Parts: sequence; structure tokens; C-alpha cells
Amino acid sequence: MTYFPEEVVEHIVDFLGSHRDRNAMSTVCTAWYQVERLSRRNVFVGNCYAIRPERVMARFPWMKSLSVKGKPHFADFNLVPYDWGGFAQPWIEAAARGCPGLEELRLKRMVVTDDDLELLARSFPNFKSLVLVSCEGFSTDGLAAIATYCRGLRELDLQENEVEDHGHQWLSCFPDSCTSLISLNFACLKGEVNANALERLVARCPDLRSLKLNRAISVESLNRILTRAPHLVDLGTGSMMLNHHTEAYHRLINTFLKCKSLRSLSGFCDASSCCLQAVYPVCMNLTALNLSYAPAIQGDDLIKLICLSVASACKDLQELRVFPSDIYGAGTAAVTEEGLVAISSGCPKLNSLLYFCYQMTNTALVTVAKNCPHFTRFRLCILDPGKPDPVTNQPLDEGFGAIVRSCKNLRRLSLSGLLTDKVFLYIGMHAEHLEMLSIAFAGDSDKGMVYVLNGCKNLRKLEIRDCPFGDDALLKDVTKYETMRSLWMSSCDVTLGGCRALAAKMPSLNVEIINESDEANEFQENFGDLHKVEKLYVYRTVGGGRTDAPDFVWIL
Amino acid sequence: MEDLDNLKATELTLGLPGIDAPEKPSPASATGSNKRSNEECCLPAAKKQVVGWPPVRSYRMNSIRVRKMEAEDSTGIYVKVGMDGAPYLRKVDLRVYKDYKELMEALNDMFKCFSLGGAEGHEESGYAITYEDKDGDWMLVGDVPWEMFISSCKRMRIMKGSEARGLSSST
Repeated sequence: MTYFPEEVVEHIVDFLGSHRDRNAMSTVCTAWYQVERLSRRNVFVGNCYAIRPERVMARFPWMKSLSVKGKPHFADFNLVPYDWGGFAQPWIEAAARGCPGLEELRLKRMVVTDDDLELLARSFPNFKSLVLVSCEGFSTDGLAAIATYCRGLRELDLQENEVEDHGHQWLSCFPDSCTSLISLNFACLKGEVNANALERLVARCPDLRSLKLNRAISVESLNRILTRAPHLVDLGTGSMMLNHHTEAYHRLINTFLKCKSLRSLSGFCDASSCCLQAVYPVCMNLTALNLSYAPAIQGDDLIKLICLSVASACKDLQELRVFPSDIYGAGTAAVTEEGLVAISSGCPKLNSLLYFCYQMTNTALVTVAKNCPHFTRFRLCILDPGKPDPVTNQPLDEGFGAIVRSCKNLRRLSLSGLLTDKVFLYIGMHAEHLEMLSIAFAGDSDKGMVYVLNGCKNLRKLEIRDCPFGDDALLKDVTKYETMRSLWMSSCDVTLGGCRALAAKMPSLNVEIINESDEANEFQENFGDLHKVEKLYVYRTVGGGRTDAPDFVWIL
Repeated sequence: MEDLDNLKATELTLGLPGIDAPEKPSPASATGSNKRSNEECCLPAAKKQVVGWPPVRSYRMNSIRVRKMEAEDSTGIYVKVGMDGAPYLRKVDLRVYKDYKELMEALNDMFKCFSLGGAEGHEESGYAITYEDKDGDWMLVGDVPWEMFISSCKRMRIMKGSEARGLSSST
């Protein structure tokens, strides 16, 4: 194999897209490692603390696209304190020094400051695409820097970030010479936006395909924008608040009639039911429809819209997300197992589901498993923690067991409801390809967690909250964690002693204790081994311990 | 416990104020925390707010809460209106009218086919317009400010004859 001339290997490597394949290839021999590292263009770092940024830049000097993830997933639900970490700064600084040819940056759950954005904007002459997902720490000033200095910017995609509003001038910072935008998403911005500047920007960017507006954009402005850009493929409407007796409404219908390329719709922030009728002309062609930010749309109108969009394509439906409208209680409009069973019988191609509901039964889950064997992502959240099957009063072990047995390609699973150790036995036995498992308020004993750790060979992320798993489970097979990206355990039964033991045995892991109580200011040594750990985050790393951890994070 | 309360007062949280998060949630227990928001009082006894549950992103949770509250403010308030002697009731959307005068005109219009006399003033024709409030009491329409009326009115009834005479106001 080593007789292969480098040019041939280089040529072969070009065909390798996936990170996994490339990672595997680079372990064959030094020659292949070298060829691979110099040819890798897309670099993905799943945990920003798993490796030091400088090492990444040194290994992949010709990188064009970098993707980094910061905080653990449960940070989405306020379980990780605000200043835990996940700073973008070291990454942007290292890239500015080591990879000035960088063209794309994607950050998820990280802290990004305006200074970071300014450095980014000034450091990469070929920069084309910035995607920030669930980040925080920056304001519209940072966006202004991006708009001003990134010549040739093609994509600015801000998804569900917390952005401080320092005014609307940022959009006007796109110079007149900027004509290259393909995708612009500022739906998460809370403040006003200069509508004139936006309309002019849209008018001079003929390649614009994806545009997601925020709530501040009026219907009149939306109309003008769509008139200028009828070739849009993906649209997030701004405020769709209008009375269907007005001129504006009729104009909007006509405008939508001309948008023949629209395949994806979202937004509808303030839309009342009558506004929806304006989009009926495009419904038949939709491949994606997101109404999750439109709580005002009620029953019949919702059904009509869905029927128009989905009815004929129902059998092709692949992904569905049903969010709770009423966090606090059921009411008469509670979503139950009936809805899920109905969907499963009509949509056999369903492969990705997120379903919040008031209750679920084993029978329903067994039916769903039979109807939809192609699930790769299955996330079920019964709103009341630990709720049993209401018909039989039994745990939901058998239901979820049916899911993991039937869905052989399941990669992601979230459990809820009343569950015993048995469900974990089933998961360990059958969920061969499971990569991510989220558990809450489930299990009886350490055995549950051990079944999962022993059985799921491809497990990468395990996140657990409020389960009776303790040190025995944690320490049963410590080498397992080296094969995983991370483990999160909060409000479980692990003790400081158990965590210390884990840290001692596995120097390749960072064992972080997040301690938010008053005691956090005291030294760790004052705590005995029996002290229960509130939040534990364990991850493999070649970067050593963190240097940026706040006081309340102890790294053992 | 005192320290815990003080800590909570300064704790950063993205939830709405008044929503409490006990440190160690136990879903099966029926005990609740001492501090409860108005919304929580309406819950069945066993429910309590748990940190980070349901697992909905704060971003989404906040925007849905805010918008749902706004949406509820702007949807119609439909109340039944019955008239003594009329074979069927009607329904009106109180949001459509901006004051009592508009409401009266609309009701006159709706029920004129049933009235015996003209619709000049309800005293002369012997009718009084009443409404049932949130406490279940029957009140005369017109006493309280319009906004207060529409937020407390559950249903209306147009009374006639002897009952009406006693209630007629001297507007």
C-alpha cells in the first residue's frame, strides 16, 4: 500500500467526504496522515474543549470550513450556568493566525463577542459564510462589522441566538458593492431593521435564495421584498399581521403567486388565520413548513394549511416536530398518543420525530414502531415527568423497546414517561447504531445505565438527568468514555468520590463538576467523597484541562 | 433554607418571574413549593415547575409564552346573548365594538325581530340588558368601564317585563 504514489492517494482522498472516513484513513500510516491532513477542507470539532484550536489549525492548514460546538446539549434547557464556557475567541484567533484562507465558520452553543466578530470580519479575505446557532454574547454591532468587512459574503445565518439590539444600522453596513448574498437569516433579532436598506440589499443580490426576516418587518415590506426576489426558495416571513379585507392582503396573495420556487416556509410570527390564506398558492410545492412560532393559528385554519401542504405528500413526510403550546397543563386540546398513531399510519417514511405530548401508551408505541421502521431520530417528551401508560398504569418500557427493536437505524433517542431498568436493557440489546441518548426521570438502579454503556457500541453522547444512577454505574467501564464524545449527569446519585476516582483512572478525560451552590467558593478539598455531585460533565480530550473554567467548575 | 431562598432571588434565569424551580424535583410527589405564581395555582396538585423541563429551548419557550399572551389578548371574546321569549340565542364578539353604544345598536339590530315595541331605549320597551360576570352574578350592562366589562362578561341576557323594571338604569 505504501508504494502508492502520493498523487494517487491524494486523488483517492478527494472522494472521501465524511469526517469519519477521513479520520480512519489518517490512522493507516504517516504518509496517508500527511496526505489527508493537507487535503481536508471541512473540519468538524464536536466539542471545543476536546482539542486546542492551535493544534487543529496546525494539522489542517488548508482548511476552508470550520465547525465548532461548545456547550453541552442540556444548556438549551438552562441546566448549564451562563458563564460556563464555550468561548469562540480562541478559535477565531487561532484561525486568523493559522488558516487565513478560511471561508466558512459554523458555531453552535458558543459565546461569541462583538470583538470576535470584528476579528473574524477583518482576518479572512475570502470569508463567505457565517452560521451561528444558539450562540450568545454579541450584538448588532458585531453584525455591522461582518457586513462592513466581509467582501463577497454569501451567507449570514443566525439561528435562535440571543443577540443584543444596538440599533438597526448593521444592515446598512452592507456596501453597495455587496451583491453576493445567497442566504440571509436574521429571524432571531428582536429589534427594528432598516426596511429600506433591506429592500435595496435584496434588489442587488440576484442569487439570494434563502431569506428569513424578523418580526419587525411589516407585511408591506415583505411584499416589496418578495416582488424583488420572486426566485426565493426558502422564506421566513416577518410579522404576518394583516386583515384579510385590506389591499395589502390581496397584493400579498398576488406576490406569492409569482414565487414559484418557494419550497420552504417559516416565521408567521403574528399571523392570524386569515393571513395564512395568502400562502395557499405556494403550499403544494412546499417541502418544509415551520409553524412553530405561530401560536395564534388555531385548529381549523391550521388543519387546512397542513392539508394543502402535506395531504398529497403525506406519504412522503420525513420529519415532524410537534411542540407544546401549553406548557402548564393539558386542557381540552391535549396532544396524546392518538395523534402520533394517526401520523404513523399515514407517513411510513417518517424518519425524524420530536413529539411533545400529554400522555403515551405502550400499545401506541408498538403500533408506531410497526408503521415507521425507518426512524433515525426519535424524541418523545411526555410533559409530566415519570408518567406511566394511562390505560394500563404500566411503565413505557415495552413501547420504547418496540421502537428500538423495529428501527434498526436509530441514531438518536430521547425517552420520557415512567421507565424502569428494563427499557435500558432493551436499548443495550437492540439499539446498535444509537449515537445519542437522552434520559430524564427514568430507571431504578445502576443496572440501567450499565446496560446502555455495555450494549450501545456506537454511543457518542449520553445525557442523563434526575435518574438513580450512581458511582457503581459511572465506574463500571471507565474506558467506554474514551469512545464517546461526552457524558452528562445531573441530579443523579454520583458522588465526588466517584468522580475523583474516574478522573484518577482516566487522565484522557476532563471530569468537570459544576457546582452552583454557595459552597462553590470553598475549596474542593473541603468536600468529602460522599458529597453528591449536582452536575457532572465528562468528555474525552487531547487538549488537557481547561484554562478558562469559572470558579464554580471544578476540573478533577 | 434561608440561604437557598436568597440564592434564588439573585439567580439568573430565563424563565418568567414568579416561576419557581425546586432544587430536587420529585415528579411523583404531591408536595409543592411555598411560592407559586398565579398560573401554577390552577394546576393539579402534583405538578410543579422543574428546572429545564419540559426540554424546550429557552429561546422558543420565551417567544411562545410572549406570543401566546399577546395572541390571547387579540382573539375575539364571543359571548352568548339570550333574550326572554326568543327561540334561540345569538353570539357576539365583544372585541368588535368599542363602547356600549355600539354594542346596544348591534343588539337592537340582532333582536329587533323579537321585540314587541320599538328599540328606542330599553327602559321604554321594558327591556334591560344584563350580563353574568366572572363571579356568576347577574349585573346590569353599563355600570363599569367598557374594558372592564368585556373582560368580565361571560354571557348576556336581555330581560323583559316586570323583572326588567326593577333593574332599569336611568342612563
